[in-house]
Amino acid sequence: MVKKADSRQKATLRKVLRYIRRYWLYLSLSIVLAAVTVAATLYIPLLTGQAIDFIIGKDAVNFVGVFGILKKMAVVIALTALAQWVMNTCNNKMTFQIVRDIRDEAFAHIQKLPLKYMDSHPSGEIVSRVIADADQFADGLLMGFTQFFIGVITILGTLGFMLSVNAGITLVVLLVTPVSLIVAAFIARKTFHMFKLQSETRGEQTALIEEMVGGQKVVQAFCHERQAQEKFDEINERLKDCSLKAVFFSSLTNPSTRFVNSLVYTGVGVTGALAAIGGRLSVGQLSAFLSYANQYTKPFNEISGVVTELQNAIACAGRLFELIEEEPQTPEPEDAAVLKDVEGQVEISHVNFSYDPGQKLLEDVDLSVRPGWRVAIVGPTGCGKTTVINLLMRFYDVAGGSISIDGKDIRQVTRRSLRESFGMVLQETWLKSGTIRENIVMGKPDATDAEVEAAARACHAHSFIRRLPEGYDTVITEDGGSLSQGQKQLLCITRVMLCHPPMLILDEATSSIDTRTELKIQNAFAQLMKGRTSFIVAHRLSTIREADIILVMRDGHIIEQGNHEELLQRKGFYADLYQSQFAH
Amino acid sequence: MKKLLIYLKGYEKETVLAPLFKMLEAIFELFVPLVMAAVIDTGIGRGDRSYVVRMCLVLVALGVIGLVCSITAQFYAAKAATGFSAKLRRELFAHIQSLSYREMDAVGASTLITRMTSDVNQIQSGVNLVLRLFLRSPFIVFGAMVMAFTVDVKAALIFVVTIPLLSIVVFGLMLYTMPLYRRVQGALDKILSITRENLNGVRVLRAFHKEEEEEAAFRESNEALTILQKFVGRISGLMNPVTYVIVNGAVTALIYTGALQVSAGILTQGEVVALVNYMSQILVELVKLANLIITVTKAVACGNRVQSIFEIQTTLANGPDIRKGSSAGVEFSQVGMTYEDGASEALSDITFTAKPGDTIGIIGGTGSGKTTLVNLIPRFYEATRGKILVDGVDVKEYSLQTLRKKIGIVPQKAVLFAGTIADNLRWGKEDAREEELWQALAVAQAEDFVRQKEKGLDSSVAQGGRNFSGGQRQRLTIARALVGNPEILILDDSASALDFATDARLRQALRKLPDKPIVFIVSQRTSSIMHADTILVLEDGQTAGMGSHEELLENCQVYQEIYQSQFRKEEA
Repeated sequence: MVKKADSRQKATLRKVLRYIRRYWLYLSLSIVLAAVTVAATLYIPLLTGQAIDFIIGKDAVNFVGVFGILKKMAVVIALTALAQWVMNTCNNKMTFQIVRDIRDEAFAHIQKLPLKYMDSHPSGEIVSRVIADADQFADGLLMGFTQFFIGVITILGTLGFMLSVNAGITLVVLLVTPVSLIVAAFIARKTFHMFKLQSETRGEQTALIEEMVGGQKVVQAFCHERQAQEKFDEINERLKDCSLKAVFFSSLTNPSTRFVNSLVYTGVGVTGALAAIGGRLSVGQLSAFLSYANQYTKPFNEISGVVTELQNAIACAGRLFELIEEEPQTPEPEDAAVLKDVEGQVEISHVNFSYDPGQKLLEDVDLSVRPGWRVAIVGPTGCGKTTVINLLMRFYDVAGGSISIDGKDIRQVTRRSLRESFGMVLQETWLKSGTIRENIVMGKPDATDAEVEAAARACHAHSFIRRLPEGYDTVITEDGGSLSQGQKQLLCITRVMLCHPPMLILDEATSSIDTRTELKIQNAFAQLMKGRTSFIVAHRLSTIREADIILVMRDGHIIEQGNHEELLQRKGFYADLYQSQFAH
Repeated sequence: MKKLLIYLKGYEKETVLAPLFKMLEAIFELFVPLVMAAVIDTGIGRGDRSYVVRMCLVLVALGVIGLVCSITAQFYAAKAATGFSAKLRRELFAHIQSLSYREMDAVGASTLITRMTSDVNQIQSGVNLVLRLFLRSPFIVFGAMVMAFTVDVKAALIFVVTIPLLSIVVFGLMLYTMPLYRRVQGALDKILSITRENLNGVRVLRAFHKEEEEEAAFRESNEALTILQKFVGRISGLMNPVTYVIVNGAVTALIYTGALQVSAGILTQGEVVALVNYMSQILVELVKLANLIITVTKAVACGNRVQSIFEIQTTLANGPDIRKGSSAGVEFSQVGMTYEDGASEALSDITFTAKPGDTIGIIGGTGSGKTTLVNLIPRFYEATRGKILVDGVDVKEYSLQTLRKKIGIVPQKAVLFAGTIADNLRWGKEDAREEELWQALAVAQAEDFVRQKEKGLDSSVAQGGRNFSGGQRQRLTIARALVGNPEILILDDSASALDFATDARLRQALRKLPDKPIVFIVSQRTSSIMHADTILVLEDGQTAGMGSHEELLENCQVYQEIYQSQFRKEEA
């Protein structure tokens, strides 16, 4: 289990490296500069020490020597600062560009994913991968670049410098430092399950908040506030307790390692001072040693922090890569034909389909639609009506059988030309954030104002659009903002009306428009549908009465087929459904 | 942000003790260079080995005391921070619960959720850090200066120059970058909304083959974000090099002054080392501070976002709830209502009376004000004009609790909550017995499918009721409203997901209820409301007609049109 997770982490790391490789120039520059920075930083205490050795006592100061060293120091300081800044800039650039690349790729990949993926993953989850995970990854990567290299190089560099000055004292430092690592690791292990408990409780609370705040109107309608608050308080109390533990115990790392550091410092002090008394070390060297002891232990604390951060970053990157590597929709064949001048002959033959392999939905569905026919699909909720549309638009591919348009199998034509042949209005209205006009011209970006207005008039949308503050240039938000459900629906219809597609798909398109407006739209649609094959899904029988063929669906099967009169005479399921409209 | 600090109340002791112990720790840390100076001057100077060992024991003791102080401080800081955020979350939740529909519409649920979760978490880490570090760091910086003064006044003047210079750099960069970070956050929000929109509209976007355009738009916004991030990164990347230059510049100045003073016999060699050490301590502290500033900046931004929620006051005042109503039904007189952002009235001059046992049908076009009208009865929104009486008492004179207990409402959108079916049904009446639940289910035409479930009433409901079909959800919400035996039942287009047969059976069952409530049925289907005692026809917020089905067919043109659009052939 651990091994598997470990190898997955390694695989992710390799993929991250692939992205980093593009910026190898920045990376190598950054590493070189890190080395320069560290070397210069380490050189300063040495110089300080040398300077102090020139300052021995009253009238025993070698001013020439001190000045010489101070000049050297000035140069080194300037160099370090410059190297630091350029390195920071490099790291920044690298990190943000890598994350940008991954994000772009993830988004581009989403455009190629089959609808199945979107339907089975909550959009919030995908969004959080592209946004939050990528952001976390950036943070971790940046911290890794800036602190990890510096940390490692500092440790090695300090050891080198210390060895060059005095091997004995270096040994003392080497012996004490592992203690700090052991302490840090011990605390991390102990706090891990506290953090887990904290994040679980947090998740529980978030779920409750989402539910209660999301459904607040219902909460208030039922005066459920007190109960909701009680439940919230209970979880909140638990969260308080476990986050106190997690926060407190994890914050022990810092004081503990600092304590160990002070032991190192003292160790260096004692051995150094004794060595100085013995004449094996100068005071300046001791001062240099003391500041090394400080510098040497610091990266250990930082690195342990960076490693957690990096692990987190790699976990986030893993989630992103998961998305990027998700299998895309079936690519179009090389020689995919382009549907042109569509007549509207649709053949559905022996189609099988299911969303979930264990649950058959469509079985052996057969249907032959002649050009210009109006096909109505009716039946109880969940009977598979919208599935037919998913298949016609090739949002999903059939599992068996075939669908063809004008004799061409839809899997052999380009998706673009197939979808262009249909004008689709869905039950769930969706508008893009932008102006009303931008939304209407979605299918025909080069439409003139006159065309837009004509389409809007035909759909009875013109009058309400004109009444909006900015008319066609009114900016709406993604969920349509202050537009009513019916108005949104009208915009979606106008959008299709503008394109004059050869075939139409209307999925309960009029369910939230009152019947009077609907009647007006029906007239417009009747105009539009003339000579065009259309598929209409609706609950309202009045809207489909004039269909050339009605498919009555139940549990994934077409159980009846025929026009209104024929079906009424058959006195079957459709007749029941229809009669119930007049039931008392 | 400042106003939020009142939630630290009850943690005063912790709030004071945490920084105090942190400062104690810092004081002991400040002694270290002095001890080292003594080691150099006295120990090494005189070659006194036992003195060196004694002083080092002092150093260890200082370390131990520091450790104890620090752990104590961490504990109090953690306790205050987690207690603070728990209290903040609690108050925020309670506050959100008190907001009315009007305010909820304006803010939006998703914003409220992020404020309650991630924003409060950010604030918690901010408070924790501030308690631990933001006193300690300036203290060390100034403490180092004070210690320098005890060593030598002339050398200490270098500290006097250096520290303000450092403060200017640190706070200047912080002030400069804070708005930039806000802009980065804004750019991130932008790509977030593009992604969300893309996913929500995936069918439409693909139907209009917009994939490439969407990709281009994303790339553009992503690039804008990257450029901004790099810019901010470059600026805040200045912090370390600049402070490094200042501190080390000060070190060179110290050595120079030190050399002069030592030569003049005012300072010793060990004291110079101590001064240099104090300067290094300042640098270490600053590096820490710089790394933490971002966390605190974020916490302040989040604090302001949370504060803005607290500043929203509910527009609904609870009534005194003194007058007991008689059983006199519902009465609207000259009622008008304007939405917050609406220019004109959404409803005007609505007058009607519903007697106990009546069924009132409300029909009208999209946006004609049907839902608005029924939302006024439980005071989800406040009427801006006119009077609404329930059982003879103005709705404003009830407490919301009393008023809403009288009413069972089935909203347009069928929302269920995680738990069991029984849990959900008991929302209307906490102590409802099982038979009551079954009765309600039977009326709501939901009995069959609940009986078919293996666990019956104890079957679990996923969040939002995702594990039920639209029609089943709707029937369960109807049952939920019925459980409390409400005096008034509001069905807001509640049968839209039901097929005609179920819809008809539901209406029949309602009619047969023993204590039949006043039923308001909002619908677009004439078939759902044609048997109501009174039908209210709305158009653009005005009453276009009122009366029975037959009367309206006679004299209301709007009603005739609606009816004929649905029944035209059969009528002929």
